[in-house]
Amino acid sequence: MRQLIILLAIFALIALTPLWLTSEFWLNAVLLTVYAALLGQAWNILAGFGGQFSFGHALFFGTGAYCVAVLQIQFGVNPWIGFVLGGLLGALVALAMGFLTFRYGLRGSYFALVTLAFAEVFRILSNSVSFTGAGEGILIPLDRQASQMQFTQLSSYFWLICAITLACFLTVWWLQNGRLGARMMAVRDNEEAAAAIGVNAMSVKLQAIALSGFFSGLAGVFYAQKFLYLDPSIAFGPAVSVESLLVAIVGGIGTLFGPLLGAAVLHIFAELVRHVIGDEPGLSMAVYGSILVIMVLFAPRGIAGIGRSVRSVLKGTGDAGR
Amino acid sequence: MLDVKALSKSFQGLQAVDNVTMKVAEGSIVSLIGPNGAGKTTCFALITGFHAPTSGTVHFDATDITNMKPHRIATRGMVRTFQIVQPFAGQTVRENIAVGAHLKIAGRRDALNKAQEIAAKVGLGAMLDQDAGDLTVAGRKRLEVARALATDPKLLLLDEVMAGLNPSEIRDIIPVIKLLRDEGVTIFLIEHVMQAVMSLSDHTFVLNQGKLIAEGAPAKVARDPQVIEAYLGKGMAKRMADQGAGSDA
Amino acid sequence: MINFSILLPSILNGLTTGALYALVALGLTLIYGVLHIINFAHGALLMVAMYLVYFLYKLFGLDPYLALLVVPAAMFVIGYVLQRTIIGNASHGRDENILLVTLGLSIVIENLALFFFASDTQVVDTPYAFDVVELFGAFLPVPKVIAFVGALLTALALWLLMGWTDLGRAIRALARERKGARLVGINVDHIFAMSFGIGIGVLGIAACLLLPTYYVYPQVGHGFVLIAFTIVVLGGMGSFIGALLGGFIIGVVEAVGGLVLGESLGQIGIFVIFILVLLFRPQGLLGHRA
Repeated sequence: MRQLIILLAIFALIALTPLWLTSEFWLNAVLLTVYAALLGQAWNILAGFGGQFSFGHALFFGTGAYCVAVLQIQFGVNPWIGFVLGGLLGALVALAMGFLTFRYGLRGSYFALVTLAFAEVFRILSNSVSFTGAGEGILIPLDRQASQMQFTQLSSYFWLICAITLACFLTVWWLQNGRLGARMMAVRDNEEAAAAIGVNAMSVKLQAIALSGFFSGLAGVFYAQKFLYLDPSIAFGPAVSVESLLVAIVGGIGTLFGPLLGAAVLHIFAELVRHVIGDEPGLSMAVYGSILVIMVLFAPRGIAGIGRSVRSVLKGTGDAGR
Repeated sequence: MLDVKALSKSFQGLQAVDNVTMKVAEGSIVSLIGPNGAGKTTCFALITGFHAPTSGTVHFDATDITNMKPHRIATRGMVRTFQIVQPFAGQTVRENIAVGAHLKIAGRRDALNKAQEIAAKVGLGAMLDQDAGDLTVAGRKRLEVARALATDPKLLLLDEVMAGLNPSEIRDIIPVIKLLRDEGVTIFLIEHVMQAVMSLSDHTFVLNQGKLIAEGAPAKVARDPQVIEAYLGKGMAKRMADQGAGSDA
Repeated sequence: MINFSILLPSILNGLTTGALYALVALGLTLIYGVLHIINFAHGALLMVAMYLVYFLYKLFGLDPYLALLVVPAAMFVIGYVLQRTIIGNASHGRDENILLVTLGLSIVIENLALFFFASDTQVVDTPYAFDVVELFGAFLPVPKVIAFVGALLTALALWLLMGWTDLGRAIRALARERKGARLVGINVDHIFAMSFGIGIGVLGIAACLLLPTYYVYPQVGHGFVLIAFTIVVLGGMGSFIGALLGGFIIGVVEAVGGLVLGESLGQIGIFVIFILVLLFRPQGLLGHRA
């Protein structure tokens, strides 16, 4: 319960940002941080609770993004409907991939590589078929009305992403405090033992990947509506997959606040480097990569993990667990 | 309650379990004993759905559960523990047990309360908030039992819960098992150590090289020459009988 | 209907390309076979090797084939040091952590390359780059034929190294049984790093053989890394002959797929093979189910 109150308080504070922050540049920076937290938290549902590390979350993101864009342009479907459908389609694609990979017992590095390959297949497909605009990409026509999920004010986009991200974080809070989440963590830690006490591991893993795909799909929809342009590399390329896992790992896998922490730290670092060295190509990604290497080497449980260790040392319990 | 008929399993030509037929009556404590490698754990794995039998059937509560998935069998009320303990490391004892409780209880708080209750019953009450990975061997064995027990099973299959424990720890766990039976849980247990089983079980099956070689009341089984031979090697039964005759004279 | 006279050259071309893929995959499969880790930075390190070859040519006029004397050794050192300092310490008991750390390394290496060398593509203009040789009515670039032979020789050399040298015996002992190897006095960290170094050294050979026909840019490794993974799982993790065979199959699939489906869709065959093999035959074509 305490965590829920803290969570709501943090999001309330974040939601107030547009009221005092006048700089569009900085508001956009905070918006992208919240958006990154959404990507990371979606990834975290599958990795931190389901125990499956994906290297291809762009698959779900791109599915959601293309869903809303294609429905709008080819079929004239309102983007708010596309928004829901984008999330659902992301979940559906996730279920299909999950069913195949879990059924054949893929886990660990193999699962990671297969997800990457699936994302690549979708990238090549979207590059080749005409209804996605193929290699030229897809441009959503400018029509700044709330009914078209396009806003004149940056703050409206800001509150939209806050709402989606909050929904994702509330889902994780619910997982941490409910039966499904407990079962997910049991399967993550020992599938056989979980099965012996009545947990249907397959179903639990599918629910994890579907939830994860749903929120990644929603992130994709938001991206499409915010930037109004998509191409196969943006949608299905490795950048989104990497950002998703990076944010969660830096913050702390399997924790509620980890992705928010990770997104904040990464974005602050990237901004700092940009200020010190300048906006050179590749630089912020190089910083991201270094942070990933350092975290895995020295703090594989993320910033949240460091926090817990420090707390337990202070308490003198020697128990770094929780 | 449990009715195993002509159960067989071969792994790549090796006959691990060979035509085994067993019955476990409701409300009893039944044991399955035998030397190392006799196929006891494989039997449990076949009964609880972790392996598919090559032939034979398993009925539980008059329902055919052969080839049913482990989690569905557990849902029906038959739950096993593992000889090689498998805690959810990184989670607390309370959380570990709660996973079992969640089989019948949806609410998190109720499941955690139930976990606490079960932990007290098996003697883990003081370790509720400890990381399951940090428990001693004896603690982990208890956790195995507790997690299974939390599912409210009708039939509990315990795989060597006493192996690796010292005599005083064994003395501590035996009353726990008896208590469970008194509360209405039928117990089917595997033990390698014969003495431990004798005081506990109403009925014993003896497995050797995949085959059932004896069954009956523990006291009777322990005198069976075939059983003695299986445990102590060929010729031993005769020698013991001879020695017995000699001391009589 | 596809004409056989187009198909044959396309297959031959695929075989020579496949040999280059196999070269990249050989190092990957060696590293997997011994350390049981998947080196995600393999593509990025190939890119480093290719830039090395390129700058040796650009600054000192060193022919890519002469660079064979230098670059593999340099890459070996890089690989050895990487394993000893970073990769070897990353697992914390989870193999995903190795994947993550090598992913991190590849991001760092690629983006530093982007930072320093910009995203321009660079080529090495050798006088023989466009020489062709006629084979069964198909015209094949001479450098690709050399690469084909080079791949076979490299595989042979690796096989000899593993089978007939003390180092090879130590590596194989370690691959089979870590604890046992430690007990009989094998310096595990050293041998692991040697294996990793050799695997990366092979990338140096690949770079030298690649550059006469290929070009280098910071993301050049991307195209290779998933292909190399596909080859490794297809051929069976850890198998040299499997890697060669897998390389040829993938090369041909790509060439013929490109012919049938068109350039952009042709690549899909590789990933579909990758997914199918991992799902249905994770032990590879030549491996046995554990």
